[in-house]
Amino acid sequence: MSNEKINIDVEYLTRVEGHGNIKVNASDGQIEKCEWQVIETPRYFESMVVDHSWKELHHITSRICGICSIGHTLASLKATEDALGIEISDQDELLRKLVLHGENMQSHILHVGYLALPDLMGEGSVIPLASSHPEELKTVIRIHRLANEMSELIGGRTTHPQRLIPGGFSKVPTEKELTNLRSKLKNSFNDLMAVADLCEEKADKFPDFSRETEFISLTTDEEYAFYDGQIRSTDTGISPVDDYLDITNEYVVNQSTAKFARNNRGSYMVGALARLNNNYDQLSPMAKGVAERFNLKPINHNPFMNNIAQLVEVVHNVRDSIKTIDTLLENGLEPQDDYYEPEIEVQAGRGIGAVEVPRGILFHDYTYNEEGVCTAGNCVIPTNQNHANIQHDMEELAPSLIEKDKPEEEIELNLEMLVRAYDPCISCSTHHLDVEFVE
Amino acid sequence: MKPRVAFFDFAGCEGDQLQVANLEEKVIDLVEIVNLVNFREIMTEKSDDYDVAFIEGSIATDHDAERLKEIRSNAAILVALGSCAAIGGINSIRNSQNPERVEDRVYGDDADKVEAWDKAKPADAIVDVDHYVYGCPINKDEFIHVVESLVQGKEPSIPTYPVCVECKMNENVCVFARGGEEKSLPSAKREVQTPGPFAVDQGPFCLGPVTRAGCDSICVNEGTTCWGCRGLIDNPNQNAHKKVLDKYGLTVEEVINKFNLYFGWQQEERNNE
Repeated sequence: MSNEKINIDVEYLTRVEGHGNIKVNASDGQIEKCEWQVIETPRYFESMVVDHSWKELHHITSRICGICSIGHTLASLKATEDALGIEISDQDELLRKLVLHGENMQSHILHVGYLALPDLMGEGSVIPLASSHPEELKTVIRIHRLANEMSELIGGRTTHPQRLIPGGFSKVPTEKELTNLRSKLKNSFNDLMAVADLCEEKADKFPDFSRETEFISLTTDEEYAFYDGQIRSTDTGISPVDDYLDITNEYVVNQSTAKFARNNRGSYMVGALARLNNNYDQLSPMAKGVAERFNLKPINHNPFMNNIAQLVEVVHNVRDSIKTIDTLLENGLEPQDDYYEPEIEVQAGRGIGAVEVPRGILFHDYTYNEEGVCTAGNCVIPTNQNHANIQHDMEELAPSLIEKDKPEEEIELNLEMLVRAYDPCISCSTHHLDVEFVE
Repeated sequence: MKPRVAFFDFAGCEGDQLQVANLEEKVIDLVEIVNLVNFREIMTEKSDDYDVAFIEGSIATDHDAERLKEIRSNAAILVALGSCAAIGGINSIRNSQNPERVEDRVYGDDADKVEAWDKAKPADAIVDVDHYVYGCPINKDEFIHVVESLVQGKEPSIPTYPVCVECKMNENVCVFARGGEEKSLPSAKREVQTPGPFAVDQGPFCLGPVTRAGCDSICVNEGTTCWGCRGLIDNPNQNAHKKVLDKYGLTVEEVINKFNLYFGWQQEERNNE
């Protein structure tokens, strides 16, 4: 047992989205303080949407997160469509699934390739890889670019997409564009496998750590759920999306400007690993093949495996996108007028939209008056739901490393890697709950 | 010597820094002409010795303001990156809302635990800003143009004309004319609400005539409308696209007041002048 004093004080953790600190103090092997602190400036989105029209809400709430702006846009549109009783066509639903695959790929490959991989390669960032591992880096960039091309083709822009509107799309791609995209997706298999090889080679750098927890994600009988489904927990089973507040139970803690969440136990985890644990059987065979290479099977309780679950999902995203394009092309693409805007009858009501975004399950919840003006809004963001689980992991990982007499530097690196494994999107996560619902 | 470049983020979605990652292979070219010394989102190495600082996000707490002042004192050149830093952006929607209601809606009983200003402000409300890269998100080509200009010691050239100019070059049907004259004309002439929601039955509405160009009118090209993310053009009364406004019977003030997602801070500044 170590006699040394340990003082870990990571201010503004790097290679994550947003601002968080890690503080650990220990002496004589005893932990005195072990905190995951979130220190983001609040942005008040749930207030900003109030008094705005149903036509603007997805545009405003897209700005919650640059990296998952497509997911926020879709959760927002689904909430608005639920409230206003708007149906979308099968074609629009398939196109939305496609654009969500694009974003998930983009975000995951950014995380695995640019943010997590440097830890495994012993570098402080992706930049030295440009000279030390140029081919590997170019492979990662090619997948990232393909993902962005897909988002751009379907959404009109990779970040803060424009074509996604209430009731459908303002503009749809042509069959030729989809056919082109399909062949690019097909040609990406070698690159995907090259990244899998690289990760497999370095996977022993991930700390061997497991802590039993609860996993929550969407689920549906039809497919590996991203766009739609019901809420599924490894502890409490299936619940309808409308009951999301009973699942997310957010609460305030002193160390954080973001709330923490709990369902059945002290914390739960959302994101790629949660989805994989809940819906493993629905992964495409190729994605399962990658999971098997890392011995990743449900239920896996090692948070570091979230990195690998992301890689597995990228492979699934590519396979399922090809399948989705095939369906669209077989059905024949229904053309639309330029600057298309669906006819919509406005009504008062409350609507809830849930979507799986790269970091986990996301809920948007809006109430509209009879003129279609928003009177209340609520957004529960994945990283908010993960904060408590990060904290609890840290409380178990830190003492176990101290007990093994690991040097402070290694403890610090492992704790940083732990937080990074969750791929936290901290700037989003400060948009809190507790909205008054206007009667 | 390659200039030493740093990126910093405040309250925002980090979507502008993401556009740097979205340069894909060009990122490698970029690090050949500049030396990245601080970019928390992608690198662990950090240094306070830099020549150029890019700032993303709006400023909304005392802590933010102190941090920004420190960055300003370290940097020879400070660039506001994206709408939130350049003009206050989407965060400034709340500036016109009652601050107590804003906190109550989001934090309820815990409102007293939060220490944020009543208004979200752009970087130049706190410190001097040398250059601006507008947009939500920024346009990647414009970003490269600004970086290349700074490396060469030149003044970047940012459009001073409105989005309508680019939109006409792209041969879009004018948003105000969508759905035919009958649908658009009367709605465009409706009474102005200040500040107010974009009322549902108002018909197509567009901020292109008063918004700074440089985005290649992407939102209109993609079938929606100009939301004003790049902020007001300089001297809107002089530089607005008068032809479009005259045709649809609108004044500059009507357009600015009617539909406001990004202009909150700019409008306040105009009113104070």
